[in-house]
Amino acid sequence: MRTLSLGKKIAVYALLVAGSIFCLFPIYWMLRTSMINMGDLYQMPPKLLPSNLQLDNYKTALEAYPFGRFFLNSTIITVSAIVGVLLSSSLCAYSFSRIDWPGRDKIFGFILTGLMIPFFVVMIPQFVFWKTLHLTDTFVPLIAPAWFGGGVFNIFLLRQFFFGIPRDLDEAAKVDGAGHFRIYWQIIIPIAKQAMIVVGLLTFLANWNDYLGPLAFITSEENYTLMQGLTLFQGSYSAQWHLMMAATAVIVIPSLVIFLIAQRHFIEGIAMTGVKG
Amino acid sequence: MKTMATYQERTVARGRAGKRKRPPKDLGWGILFASPVLLGYLIFVVIPIAATLYLSFTSYNVGSSAEWIGFDNYTRLFNGGDPFFFPAVKATIYYVGLSVPLGIILSFFAAILLNQKIAGRAIFRGIFYLPVIIPLAASSMVWLWLLQPDFGIVNYALDSVGLPESRWLGDTSSVIPTLILFSFWTLGNTIVIFLAGLQGIPAHLYEAIEIDGGNAWHKLIYVTIPMSSPIIFFNTVIAFINGFQTFVQPAVMTQGGPNNASLMYVLFLFNEGFKFSRMGSASAISMLLFVIIALFTAVIFIFSRSFVYYEGGNSKK
Repeated sequence: MRTLSLGKKIAVYALLVAGSIFCLFPIYWMLRTSMINMGDLYQMPPKLLPSNLQLDNYKTALEAYPFGRFFLNSTIITVSAIVGVLLSSSLCAYSFSRIDWPGRDKIFGFILTGLMIPFFVVMIPQFVFWKTLHLTDTFVPLIAPAWFGGGVFNIFLLRQFFFGIPRDLDEAAKVDGAGHFRIYWQIIIPIAKQAMIVVGLLTFLANWNDYLGPLAFITSEENYTLMQGLTLFQGSYSAQWHLMMAATAVIVIPSLVIFLIAQRHFIEGIAMTGVKG
Repeated sequence: MKTMATYQERTVARGRAGKRKRPPKDLGWGILFASPVLLGYLIFVVIPIAATLYLSFTSYNVGSSAEWIGFDNYTRLFNGGDPFFFPAVKATIYYVGLSVPLGIILSFFAAILLNQKIAGRAIFRGIFYLPVIIPLAASSMVWLWLLQPDFGIVNYALDSVGLPESRWLGDTSSVIPTLILFSFWTLGNTIVIFLAGLQGIPAHLYEAIEIDGGNAWHKLIYVTIPMSSPIIFFNTVIAFINGFQTFVQPAVMTQGGPNNASLMYVLFLFNEGFKFSRMGSASAISMLLFVIIALFTAVIFIFSRSFVYYEGGNSKK
């Protein structure tokens, strides 16, 4: 395509800037509100750039509830899930792409039908299941599925990637006497680093941001995740928006930092797969 | 060797062309490597779905035994015995029916803009994607503050340019339109998938339109939209499936109110199971959702042949 004419260029920029404001303004407003005091909160007209910014709200908000504990809980769940997903989904993807076994593709096709099954449909029996094992109100229900395949979507993504790795590498390793575990661990995984990073990032987001899972399985406050802590906070500080926004910002910042570091991987990952909603 | 031969004979007999030798010992390795998902699929998907189906015919609630009551849970939903069912269906259809088509149009349009050859394109792409990575519970909180009727910045801005204010999430008539507006904030995934599709359209098709003297409108109508139609279709079905599962926004922002106007189906389902502990009835509600989503998923699988071209195109990157 040839480059755009000046008029069109201006129109495209104008629309993109408008869209960007729509996307960024809420985040800016959250950060701005989190740093003003109670008096400025209801000031009319509101100042777009308040002069006396301070970080006291963060201190107040973080001391109101054991956010350190919530942060730790979210971290334990997220890290355990990432390790589980990376190991188990890559093992399964290896099986479905590089081991020839009868019925392989049919079984994969069957598992693939599970891609769209909503958690809501299996939530109640899963709850009953964990309740029977006395494992509700622990992290187990939130972590265990990660170690059992880690989601059909991740297997699908890695499988697609593994198909692209030349088969000769396996054959050469086999001639040298390597078994499947060695081929998987020493050849396929290092080559698939890029795809593994994408899976890791998506798993981070899915678990760190998860609201429904903890709500269904976790009941006591000491086991709350950050998302539950935020709703707890909302219950008692609903009108004190400066504190609310400070608590919200604390939860947003880890995701924001990871996005800024790994932005390219996120977008390539989504494009690569074209499935995740 | 003999066993291998018989195995190959069998596969040939079944009409499947085995491209390479398949030593039977690989069946063991294959199952071993796939065992996490084989077990996981059984434990976390297949058995739970069967259990949901079974429980939906019982009066099970946590603490009591499951008593078989036939179709009572279902009839109670459809004859209005449950006061929340019809409001929930209505709110969900209203929300999904508008947010999906509008969201698809907006994100397709955004993808076209982000596909233009202009400086700073990568930055704009990052900005449009950014809201997706923000936890929904957190962004719901932020939007609650933006749209706060008395002190929120949005009403202030509307007022200062002479436009009427709104009660936004606080009014039965505006709560769903407000949630739809909020849904436009997180279109990043859809945009990126559209973008990947747009990048796969061969440039010579556009050149052909130019040679014929066509303008940007002709390019859109005769090349961009027809070439993207499988992805538009795919994104639309996915958006419907996701839309039916809209939970966090109403749970955090409105708790289904005011007056059940934003009681999304899955929030209703969650309340039934976890607030009222009526697991049998909640299972019936789950099964209805399962049937709807299974129908939409079937549509994708039936038409999935059309996507082969795009999948291939994407995976090359």
